[in-house]
Amino acid sequence: MDDFRDRRTAGAATGGTAGGRAEERLAELFSFLRRRITGDYEVDEFGFDPELNEKVLLEAVRPLYRHWFRAKALGLGNVPADSGVLVVANHSGTLPVDALMLQVAMHDELGRSLRLLGAHLVYQLPVLGHLARKSGHTLACPEDADRLLRKGEAVGVFPEGFKGIGKPFSERYRLQRFGRGGFVASAIRAGVPIVPCAIVGAEEIYPKIGDLPSLARLLGLPYLPITPLFPWFGPLGMLPLPSKWLIEFGEPIRTDQYAPEEADDPMLVFDLSDHIRETMQRQLDALRLRRGPAFPPIAM
Amino acid sequence: MNTHTPGEASMTRTVLVTGVSGHIGARVATSLAADPEIDRVIGVDTAPPPSPAGEDGAVLGRTEFVRVALRGPDLVKVIRDADVDTVVHLSLVSGPGGGRAGGRPAMKEHNVVGTMQLLAACQRSATVRRVVVRSTTAVYGSSPHAPAVFTEDTMPVEVSRHGYARDATEMESYVRGFARRRPDVTTTTLRFASLMGPGVDSPLTRYFSQPVLPTVLGFDPRLQFVHEDDAVEVLCRTARADHAGVFNVAGDGILLLSQCARRTGRPVVPMPSPAFRLVSGIARGARLVDFSPEQLSLMSHGRAVDTTRLAAELGWRPKYSTAAAFDDFLRSLGGPGELPRAVVDWLGHLVTGR
Repeated sequence: MDDFRDRRTAGAATGGTAGGRAEERLAELFSFLRRRITGDYEVDEFGFDPELNEKVLLEAVRPLYRHWFRAKALGLGNVPADSGVLVVANHSGTLPVDALMLQVAMHDELGRSLRLLGAHLVYQLPVLGHLARKSGHTLACPEDADRLLRKGEAVGVFPEGFKGIGKPFSERYRLQRFGRGGFVASAIRAGVPIVPCAIVGAEEIYPKIGDLPSLARLLGLPYLPITPLFPWFGPLGMLPLPSKWLIEFGEPIRTDQYAPEEADDPMLVFDLSDHIRETMQRQLDALRLRRGPAFPPIAM
Repeated sequence: MNTHTPGEASMTRTVLVTGVSGHIGARVATSLAADPEIDRVIGVDTAPPPSPAGEDGAVLGRTEFVRVALRGPDLVKVIRDADVDTVVHLSLVSGPGGGRAGGRPAMKEHNVVGTMQLLAACQRSATVRRVVVRSTTAVYGSSPHAPAVFTEDTMPVEVSRHGYARDATEMESYVRGFARRRPDVTTTTLRFASLMGPGVDSPLTRYFSQPVLPTVLGFDPRLQFVHEDDAVEVLCRTARADHAGVFNVAGDGILLLSQCARRTGRPVVPMPSPAFRLVSGIARGARLVDFSPEQLSLMSHGRAVDTTRLAAELGWRPKYSTAAAFDDFLRSLGGPGELPRAVVDWLGHLVTGR
């Protein structure tokens, strides 16, 4: 992670001067290419390829974070710098753009790689499943969650799942039911803090005003949205609307006062899960107020 | 000869090694035969070892070779007459090819019925105190719905319906049954990741020896290898001392298939999975590469296992990581192709002037 910060400051320094530094950057590029072409790089047991993630995948979505959504991350001090943590966030936006933005926020603002627990559907699909693994994510199952948390990673979950991301525009910023609370049990087992995270802005990128359930079933998808732009404008409809984004990390909820065996106490898990959900709803409402209109120039 | 004192590790006197004509079997037998604490090593197999030993009764180092069918009364006789105390069962075969005639039914007969017979003989024996069985991580299957890393206690998401993995799963269930009926016998099951090394001849090593590597479009599986030296070492250690239980055996770390391919320096041809199946079917028919259905799913979804239990039990870690094992295998192929590397270096010189 230090390595990453150094490179960022070095990059900022060369940004203005150019000249002699350009040659250095070219040399760096070639050593990068050489490593990639000869397979001489490390991938962890989940298939996470940090180098590819940082230099290619994140690089590709960063403009969206910085310029398109003008995203801002708040409450950075609530995320531990280098120990295990479970980040629990609201899910919205029809397509999981919020997952990518949360990943950029964690990486750029905190220097941490976010390891998301994703739906089965993602890992069944060609290309997508393996890209998800390469950028550090894995399947949402207790085995993987426990393993990542034990290794001290920053694990992310969207407990609402498809219910959250696929909800109609009229229900925006209303948290859906959380799953079975498995994420709480994992946090208790590992004794790591749970950081509730509110993401404001994703609800407006693809306002889902309708659904094509029978066609979705036919394609094996959880839903097929109708938005103001999709499917009327074809591929252009895939363009997310440039809403203003805020991502806030809330105060950590500690789990280390529980014994690991208490993860098997369903009552405790449900209560904690409900408590987190209420906290997040309040946090989400406050953050939405703080942001104001989703598309500032239009509202003015 | 059933006068053993319990709890002593150095009681091993006579070791029976099945599958001794295979590469790993021969290496394990030779290595055990070189151990002065072991009086006798008896190697059995359905076919004689390739070389230097020839006919029945030939010698592999100090190993006495006996040609037997795993099923049949011969084996019971060998175990009884020689007062065998340790059985190392390595005869699991991964494919119907490999010089064994009879195709898939014969392979199943060999793997499953052979193991049943061997265990039946062990159960009757008053001298056998330790049984070490070679299994495979293929028992976990390869699935997008499974955890990323399997521990010994992970239940497979889907029970494998295909040859090798299914044989291994059935074989393991007989081993569990045996361990239950004979709790006085130390039973060790070793689940090996894909073997890799200069001497290994497996569908996977043959795959990586091809001039062009077909891959499944849109998939980049995680692969894990264990070097043959480490496999032999683990087998010998578990044959010499009691280590009861089931253990995963794999080199540290993983390699993605794309990474392996880049290390070979050979071109990759990604093809949609139906085409990949077709091509591997043809290659299989032409006996070029023997790619079974479970290997096809491995080539799509990959597999990684956790090896902390083995490290804790043996107090030992494999010498070769997954990557080091693969590189050692590549060296035996005559080194990786240097062309892509050379092109990048040349371009680098050209552009940066260094």
